[in-house]
Amino acid sequence: MSLVIILEKQNTYRAAYKAAFPHTLPVLTGYLFIGIAFGVMFADKGYNFLWAGLMSLLVYAGSGQYLAVNFFDPSVSLLQVIFLTFMVNVRHIFYGLSLLEKFKVSGKKKPYMIFSLTDETYSLYFLTKTPENVDEGKFLFAIATLDQSYWVIGSIIGGVAGTLIPFDSTGIDFAMTALFIVIFVEQWLQKKNRFPAMVGVVSSVICLLIFGKDSFILPSMIIIMIILLANHRIEQKKGNATND
Amino acid sequence: MTNLPVSFWHSVIIIALVTVTTFITRAIPFILFPEGKEIPKSVEYLGKVLPSAVIGLLVVYCLKNITPTQFPFGLPEIIAGAVVAILHLWKRNNLLSIGVGTILYMILIQTVFV
Repeated sequence: MSLVIILEKQNTYRAAYKAAFPHTLPVLTGYLFIGIAFGVMFADKGYNFLWAGLMSLLVYAGSGQYLAVNFFDPSVSLLQVIFLTFMVNVRHIFYGLSLLEKFKVSGKKKPYMIFSLTDETYSLYFLTKTPENVDEGKFLFAIATLDQSYWVIGSIIGGVAGTLIPFDSTGIDFAMTALFIVIFVEQWLQKKNRFPAMVGVVSSVICLLIFGKDSFILPSMIIIMIILLANHRIEQKKGNATND
Repeated sequence: MTNLPVSFWHSVIIIALVTVTTFITRAIPFILFPEGKEIPKSVEYLGKVLPSAVIGLLVVYCLKNITPTQFPFGLPEIIAGAVVAILHLWKRNNLLSIGVGTILYMILIQTVFV
């Protein structure tokens, strides 16, 4: 009896991975290569593939780990490590806000779902729809674990191969930019998303010009929040006015 | 192990700090609004509109290293980015748009705008 249940459970996980895999292909390409680049950079610092693999397993953050390579230097204090990591990851606070509802289906898997919330994985959640015959919690978990496995494998390959990559991979990280552009286009095609999308782009560009590329994320986030909340207020007032 | 820039244990502590700090930034919303606690209307609204705004922010974030006043004036990014967008509007195929855009970008920065 219990064997049947176990088999059924395995089958639904298999279905979830089968359904999720094609959606993760853009991340597979991107993560393998930027993971490799991370492994190479870390190896140059003197840390072998085991360190790179460990870090990708525990930290699991693209730009966060690129930045972290600079932390392994006597001139960087541990306080700076915390502060800089927080600054580069601060945009992640936004991600959770839009997944509070969605992750309710995750149950025991929820801590891992929160841990594995990278830019790319977050984006995939909004690009893909769970197929009808697949459990949503398992489907999201499959996306999350597949993405991280690409990242870990990429870093280890990079750490092992070091500089021995047989072709010039300069520019391969554009895969990530392309992924975000694709999602942007998809969102744009839905009219209701156009206003927030414009707010996102315009606020970020203005903050980039004012604060520079190293510190524009936090002010952009604050301005985006203020504008969107103000818009919500106005919409509510309009709603109330028509009700009166 | 002798050629590490900082000591073994110092390295371990750095990795631990980066791990914990990264996890905390991701967990903050879930700590502030645990399941069962009612989510304020304004936060619910933010949850709906933020994905589109954040993707806009991420696109800008990816293109932040462009310097429009200096060669190559951000042209590889603009050309490849436009191809991704147009191709996607036309075919709506994720892999095709991303694959073609990435290969084009690599060719542009490795051979055309050197």
